[in-house]
Amino acid sequence: MSWIDKLVGRSPIGPMQEHMRAAVECASQVTPLIDAMARGDDEAISRARGEIDRLEHTADDLKHEIRSHMPKRLMLAMERRDMLDILDCQDSIADTAQDIAELVDQRGMHLPSALAEPFRALTARVVAACEQGQRVIDELDELIETGFGDREVARIETMISELGRIETETDELSDAAARALFRLESELGVATVYWHQLILWIADLADYAERVGNRLRLLVAN
Amino acid sequence: MPIELLIAAVLALYMAWAIGANDVANAMGTSVGSGALTIRHAIVVAALLEFLGAFLAGGHVTDTVRKGMIDMEGISQDELIYGMLAALASAATLLLGATRLGLPVSTTHSIVGAIVGFGAVGIGMDAVKWGKVGQIVVSWISSPLLAGVIAYGIFQFTRMMILDRSKPLEQVRKLGPFFFFFVFFVIGLVTLFKGLKNLKLDLNLPEALLGSVVLGLIGAGIGTFFIRRVHAGKSDPNHRFDQVERVFVVLQILTACAVAFAHGSNDVANSIGPLAAISSAVSGSELASKAPVAPWMLAIGGVGIVVGLATWGYRVMETVGKRITELTPSRGFAAELAAATTIVIASRFGIPVSTTHTLVGAVLGVGMARGIGAIDLRVVGSIIASWVATLPIAAGLSIFFFYFFKGLLTP
Repeated sequence: MSWIDKLVGRSPIGPMQEHMRAAVECASQVTPLIDAMARGDDEAISRARGEIDRLEHTADDLKHEIRSHMPKRLMLAMERRDMLDILDCQDSIADTAQDIAELVDQRGMHLPSALAEPFRALTARVVAACEQGQRVIDELDELIETGFGDREVARIETMISELGRIETETDELSDAAARALFRLESELGVATVYWHQLILWIADLADYAERVGNRLRLLVAN
Repeated sequence: MPIELLIAAVLALYMAWAIGANDVANAMGTSVGSGALTIRHAIVVAALLEFLGAFLAGGHVTDTVRKGMIDMEGISQDELIYGMLAALASAATLLLGATRLGLPVSTTHSIVGAIVGFGAVGIGMDAVKWGKVGQIVVSWISSPLLAGVIAYGIFQFTRMMILDRSKPLEQVRKLGPFFFFFVFFVIGLVTLFKGLKNLKLDLNLPEALLGSVVLGLIGAGIGTFFIRRVHAGKSDPNHRFDQVERVFVVLQILTACAVAFAHGSNDVANSIGPLAAISSAVSGSELASKAPVAPWMLAIGGVGIVVGLATWGYRVMETVGKRITELTPSRGFAAELAAATTIVIASRFGIPVSTTHTLVGAVLGVGMARGIGAIDLRVVGSIIASWVATLPIAAGLSIFFFYFFKGLLTP
């Protein structure tokens, strides 16, 4: 009967949740990064980048591990394709956070005081969206536990709707940040392009978090 | 004691030892791992239930193994003795070899394969009751299927009535005793209805039903007591079902006990059956007669299991218990309850089925209900392959041992 234990293979859900945790932590590190930029503290900027790099590597390792642990011989409670799609979206969060940190560190970008508030507001909401995405992914084991129970599915759908609401707010905040940026365009010159890229990337974090939710919505719907 | 009987007793003891060392220990291991039972308690409980299963409900299967597959009219007493010795020796060899190589084999499949082997080749194709053998082989396909369907149903039931409710903890405490009732009722019905020949007790259906209901109620009382005693702990918002699972541990101990009972009723017959056949042949009694299994044979089965558990089984329990398994108590409960029900019913009809295969079918049933994150289909494949391979190997070994014992023991 020890075969029963071998029969029940290692579920990818635990590692998926761990991966999301690492990715969302990457995104959370954008907050201290923005703070360091506002202070013009280069040392703190490179510290924050180092931390994001480290977390991104953790997420990467987890991703490879999950992929290699999802062989076709496993009969999964959730579609393999859907799981891998969700994993890709999760991974994009970590990757984008790393892009942000790299650009800021390479160019030594110090935040103009007029942009400090819009950037902070945007980042705070984006991180909130990622954390909501994390909460949704944390429900995956409860979803299995209840065998895709109606109540649990409804609970997850409510959480995903909340995630969508937060993401819409980040759209407005990124719009406000971009407007504040373009008011400084003549002053900043060509740097405007990089600042704009930064805003887009920060907003992307919430986008990917929302995509994680939307993929999951499809998964629980069938 | 004649030499034939001595050899048979030693081989039967070895088989019972192997059963105790592996199968039983595995059944209780998860309950030990969850901290619900200490190893010492698990050994005592498992040994007791295996023995009860063999003693109370094992007679039918023992009869099938003893004389159900071979035509007793067309066989001499000596041939039967050599054949049954060969069956025991080949099953024991197979068991030893497979354990060495870490392969899953079923004692049931090896003993059936061995009996067919010596019967068909050593004695003659006509000596084997192919109809009965066919029925057994069909049951090896139908028993996992049936267990799967039952497990699917039980899991859907627990999902709807307990897990997918707003207050699952209250639901499981409320419904737990009903499951206890069900298990005691089924086991009661199977053993009481014309099953207690060993105790000279022959109940008809209404009497058996009444007795089973009483047993079920006693079970429900025991269940209520233990479920009340569970400290579910504080609720953790990140693991909302931990409390419910802690109560399910009690239910899983119940089903582990049921599996031990079912296992005793079915698998112990694999070692006692041939022994009983040899004993009656040696004593010169009518081969086809309904000689009951002697208490000393049951004692060999029981002692073998207990010694197996005590010498080796506790180590298996420790390993199984410590292994992180994704099979949470609620799933283990559904799968084990389904398997135990299937095996106990099969035992009642005297059909030797494989405990492992039935459990595999049950786990797949829970998986079909999307209750398990991942199921390794390669393991399913290797288990099916092992059962296909076990039959010819057991038959071959048995033919070899048949001529070996014939040469050795013919005066």
